[in-house]
Amino acid sequence: MNAVGVSVSRKDGIGKATGHAVYADDLVFPGMLYARTIRSTIPCGRLTGVKLDFDTSGFTIVDHRDIPPGGRNVIALIENDQPCLVERDIRHVAEPVLLLAHADREHLLGARVELQEEAFEPVLDPERSEHVFKEILIEKGNVDRAMARADTVVEGTYRTGHQEHVYIEPNGVVAVPSEDGITIYGSIQCPFYVHKALVVLLGDAVRNVRVVQTETGGGFGGKEEYPSMIAAHAALLALKAKQPVKLIYDREEDMLATTKRHPSIVRHRTGLTKTGRIVSMEVDVLLDGGAYVTLSPVVLSRGAIHAAGPYRCHDTRIHARAVMTNTPPNGAFRGFGAPQTQFAMEVHMDRIAEALGMEPVLLRMKNALRPGDATATGQKLGDDASALDVLRAATSRARYRRKRAAYAGSRRGIGLSLFYHGSGFTGSGELRLASRAALETTATGVRVLTSSTEIGQGTRTMHAQIVADALGIPYELVEVAAPDTALVPDSGPTVASRTCMVVGRILQRCAEQLRARLGRLTPAEHFAAHGALRVEEQYEQPDWIKWDDATYKGDAYATYAWGCNVAEVELDAVTHEVRPLRITVAVDVGKAIHPALARGQVEGGTAQGLGWALNENVVMQNGAMANAQLTNYIIPTTLDTPAIDVTILEHPYEGGPFGAKGLGELPIDGPASAVVNAVRHLGIDVREIPATPERIATSEPVCA
Amino acid sequence: MRLTVNGVEWDLAVHPMKRLLDVLREDCSLTGTKEGCGEGECGACTVLVDDAPVCACLIPVAQVIGANVRTIEGLGDDHPLQRAFMDEVGAQCGICTPGMIMAALALGPRPSLARIKVGLAGNLCRCTGYEAIYRAVRRAADATSVETGAVRP
Amino acid sequence: MRGSVSRLTLVRPRTLSEALKSLRDDPELVPIAGATDLYVALNFGTLTGSRYLDLWPLRSLRRIHETEDVLSIGALATYTALIKARMVRERLPMLVAAAREVGGVQIQNRGTLGGNVANASPAADTLPVLAAADATVVLASHAGERRVPITQFYTGYRKTVRTSEELIIALEIGPVEGAQYFRKVGTRAAQAIAKVVMAAVRGEAPRIALGSVAPTVVRLPRTETSLAQGGSIDDAVQVLQSEINPIDDVRSTAEYRRRVAANLLRECFTSAAPPGG
Repeated sequence: MNAVGVSVSRKDGIGKATGHAVYADDLVFPGMLYARTIRSTIPCGRLTGVKLDFDTSGFTIVDHRDIPPGGRNVIALIENDQPCLVERDIRHVAEPVLLLAHADREHLLGARVELQEEAFEPVLDPERSEHVFKEILIEKGNVDRAMARADTVVEGTYRTGHQEHVYIEPNGVVAVPSEDGITIYGSIQCPFYVHKALVVLLGDAVRNVRVVQTETGGGFGGKEEYPSMIAAHAALLALKAKQPVKLIYDREEDMLATTKRHPSIVRHRTGLTKTGRIVSMEVDVLLDGGAYVTLSPVVLSRGAIHAAGPYRCHDTRIHARAVMTNTPPNGAFRGFGAPQTQFAMEVHMDRIAEALGMEPVLLRMKNALRPGDATATGQKLGDDASALDVLRAATSRARYRRKRAAYAGSRRGIGLSLFYHGSGFTGSGELRLASRAALETTATGVRVLTSSTEIGQGTRTMHAQIVADALGIPYELVEVAAPDTALVPDSGPTVASRTCMVVGRILQRCAEQLRARLGRLTPAEHFAAHGALRVEEQYEQPDWIKWDDATYKGDAYATYAWGCNVAEVELDAVTHEVRPLRITVAVDVGKAIHPALARGQVEGGTAQGLGWALNENVVMQNGAMANAQLTNYIIPTTLDTPAIDVTILEHPYEGGPFGAKGLGELPIDGPASAVVNAVRHLGIDVREIPATPERIATSEPVCA
Repeated sequence: MRLTVNGVEWDLAVHPMKRLLDVLREDCSLTGTKEGCGEGECGACTVLVDDAPVCACLIPVAQVIGANVRTIEGLGDDHPLQRAFMDEVGAQCGICTPGMIMAALALGPRPSLARIKVGLAGNLCRCTGYEAIYRAVRRAADATSVETGAVRP
Repeated sequence: MRGSVSRLTLVRPRTLSEALKSLRDDPELVPIAGATDLYVALNFGTLTGSRYLDLWPLRSLRRIHETEDVLSIGALATYTALIKARMVRERLPMLVAAAREVGGVQIQNRGTLGGNVANASPAADTLPVLAAADATVVLASHAGERRVPITQFYTGYRKTVRTSEELIIALEIGPVEGAQYFRKVGTRAAQAIAKVVMAAVRGEAPRIALGSVAPTVVRLPRTETSLAQGGSIDDAVQVLQSEINPIDDVRSTAEYRRRVAANLLRECFTSAAPPGG
C-alpha cells in the first residue's frame, strides 16, 4: 500500500474544516494578561522621553531595562544588530519601545502613552544609501571581453515593490512563565529561531526556554524571523508579571511593523549573437534591506544566484548589494530574493527577443540550461534539469503560439516566463544547519519528530507519507508530533523549500534505520514487546557538493525545481486595468509526494505572484506603510484570480525522498514576469511592478 | 443579554458594543470563528445571522439579540462541506476555512462557478489561489444532492 | 483591535419616534445602522462620538415602495435588499449595479443605503447613483420631516446639512428617463474602495455624477449642458476636467482619476449601449 504519490487525507484537515484547530489567539491560560506594543512614530531619530498618560495600577510595563542581567538587547539572527526594545536610537517607524500588559483588554486599549522623539533626516531611497549590509560578486569567464565581442547588447532596469505577506492569521504568541523559565506558544514558522533568540535575550537568568508552535494561519516567510521579536516581548512581560501574557497583533500593526518582501532594482546588460545566443551577462542587483540586517544577506544571496535566470552563458558577472534604509526591516517572503531577480531576467528576455526580432519561446529554447550545463556559479546540472520540458509543456498546453498570433492587435496579450528555484539552504547552509529528525515507535505505529512546522503547506501529511512508505506501514499509523523545542530535534527552519527534500530525506533515512531494527515486527508490536524505540538521523550532504562561500563558486543548491508560466491578460481600455484571464503553469518538482497538496502549493504561489504583479502596492510615506489595512492594500479575491491550470512533471532527483525536490517557493518566481510580458505583447512597456492601472496608464508604448 | 448561538440560548453579561466576534470567542468559547483583519475585508469571521453571512468583527453584539447566530461549530463535525474541504484540500493553513465554509453555506443548491466566485468574494484566502476551494464547494454540492436530493442550508 | 469599546454607549430605541426623541435630547448621539464602518473607524482612530443610536431594529425604515411615480427606499434597506427588490431592479438598475459592487456578500447583508448617504464618503458607491437620479433625502426629526435634494445634501468633505436632531429615514427617487450607467473603478474586481465611480443617465437631459474626484460626490452640470446641447464628446471631456478636483491618496493618483473619469464619460456617451445599468 503506497502513500507517496497519492492524495491521502491530510492530517490536519478535519481540525481546520471544523474549527477545532487551535491557533495562538484561541489559547486561554488562567490569569492571562493581554499585551500591547508601543512603537516609534518617526523613521530616524532618538527617543528622548516616554510619558505614561494613564493610571498604571494593574499594568505590567516593560522597557529595555527589564532585559535580565546577562541577557542582551538584541533579536539574535545573523548580525544581532536589531534591538528587542529601543534604548535611544530609532531606525524606523513602528520600532518597539515599550510594552504594556493588563488583565483587562479594555483597560489595555484605553492606555495612552506619548513618546518624545527627536527626528533626524532619514534615508529612504535605497539608491542613495551608503550603508551596505552585504555585497556579493559572482563572476565567471571574462564578461568585458565577451560583451565587447557581442553582436548586440541589450540593457534595461527593472523594479519590484514591497510585498506584504497577508497571511490571514496575524502574528501572535502567548508566553507562559514557569518556575525556571518560559514557554512560548505561537504562530511560528521556525521554533528553534525563536528559541535561540530568547536564549540570547534572556541569558543565564532564564534557564528553561521552550517554544511550541500552535496551528499557524499562513506564513509565506512572514513568520520566519519576526516571531522572535514578538516572543521576546511577550516573554519579558510574562517574566515580569509572573503571569501568562498573550500578545496578538491586529492587522494594521502586523502590516506596519513586520517584514515585507525586499523591493529591488535590477540592471541588466546582455550581449548576444545575431542568432540569439547569450554570450555575456552583467547583472546589478540592489535590494532595500530596511533598517536592520535581519535576513537580508541570505535573501540577497539567493537573489544573486538566481539573477542570471535558467540560462547558459559562459561569461557572467552578478554584482549584488543589500542596503540600509530607515524603513521597517524587509525579510523572508516565499522565493527569498529569487522572484525579484528572475522577474528582471524574464522581462529582460522579452526585451531581448524584441531587439532581435525573435520569438520569445525560441530565444528561451536556444539559451535554456540543459543537463550538464553550468549555472552562473559554475554548478554543473544533473539529468533532472528540465527547463526545456516545462517550457514545452506550458506553451503547448496553453496553445501559446496560436494565441500569440491570434491576440496580436487585440485587447488580449499572452506572455511567458521560464524560471527555476534552488532547493534547500544556499551553499554550505545545509551543512552548517546539520538538521536532525527522529522517529519513535508508539502503541499504534510511529511518531514523526521534527521541528518542521505545518503552516498550511502540508508538512505533517507529506512527512507521514514518506515515513509510511519507507517503513512499509499504512499512512494512518504515522502520527506527527507538534513542533515543541522540548521534544523534537532541531530540523532547521521551515523555509527555503527544504522541508520535503531535506527534512523528508532525513526522515526517510530514519525510517530505513527503524525498519532494519524492527526486524519482522511492526512498530506497534515492537513497542508492545520492548517499549518505545527512537531513531534519530542527521543531514548528510551528498559528497559531490562543493561550494566556496568566499568566491560564490560551486554547487549553490543540491538541485533545482523548474517552472514555466504562460499568462493571458486582457486590458480594459477605459480603466487601464490588466485582468489576468488564465495562467498555465508547468513545474517539475521531482516527485509530487501528495499531488493535491503539490497542486495547491502551485496554485497558491501563482495567485500570490499575480497579486504582486498587479494589485499589491505598499504605499510608503515617510518610511511607513501608509495603506496598512486590507481595505487599502489589495490582495486578489475570488473575482481577481484567474483560472490556474497546473501541470506537474516529475524528473526525480536522486537525493530527495522518492525523487522529490523543493516546491513551496518555485511557483512565485514566474507569474509576475509572465504577466508583464503579456502586457508587453499588448504593446505596453512596463518594467516595474506592481503594474497598477496608474502605472499602465502612464507607460510608454513598446518600441519595436 | 440573551443570544442564540447554534440553537443554544446564552444569557451573557457583556457590553452591548462588544463585537459579536469577541463575544463568540471569549464569552461563548466558540473559537472556530477567526479574526483576520477586524475591518470586514477578509471574511475569516463570517457567521450566519438569521441565515445571512455577515462579518462578526463588525457587529455590536446588541444587534443580534433575538437573532439566530450560526457558527462553524454549529455544523457538527461531518457536514458535506467540511468533508469536501478535507478531500479537496480546500483548507491549507485553515484560518480562512471556517469563514469560507459559512459563506459557502449560503450559496444555495448546486452553485455555478460564477455564483461561487461572487458569493465568496468577501472571503480572502492567501494559500490556495481559490481553485481548491471551488473544487470543494462543487464536490459538497454534488455529494449532498446525491445523498439527500438537496443541499442543507 | 486597537480601540476600547467600554467607553462607548448604545441607545436602543424601539420605534422611530423614540429614536427621534433620543436625538432631540442628546445632540451627541450618532445613529448607526448596519455598523459596517463603526469598528473600522475605531481601529483607524477616526471614530467620531462615543454615544450611538442603534437604528437596526427599526423595521419600518427597511421598506421599499412606490407612491405614484416616486420610488421610496427606506434608509435601512440593505444592499442585499436593493439587489433583490424588483422595483429597484426595474426603475433604478444602476443602483442595483452599485449595490452589487459595494463589498462582499457579508457587507451587502449589513450595509444600508441610508448609512452610505449619512457616512458621506466621497468614494461611496451609491452616492453618484443617487445624484444622477436626482434623489431626495428625507430627513425626520421630532419636529417633522423635510426633503433635501441629494445634490444639496453635502456641504464639504464628510459634511452634510443633517442636523444632530435629524435622521435620514428614506431616499425618494422620481422617474429616471434614459439609459442608466454605473461603473466603479477599484484596483480589484471585488469589494474595493472606489478610485473613481460614475453614474450617469443618457437621455435628452444627460445627468452625470462622479465619486472619488472631489471632497463630495459631484454632479457635472456644465458637462451635462455641453452634451445636452449636442457638443462633441471631446468638448464634454474638456468641460468635465474643469468640474472635478481629484487628489493623490493611498489608493490612486489625481492624474489617473482625471484620465479614467474622461474615459468613463466617453464609454457612457459614445458606446451603443452603456454597460452596467
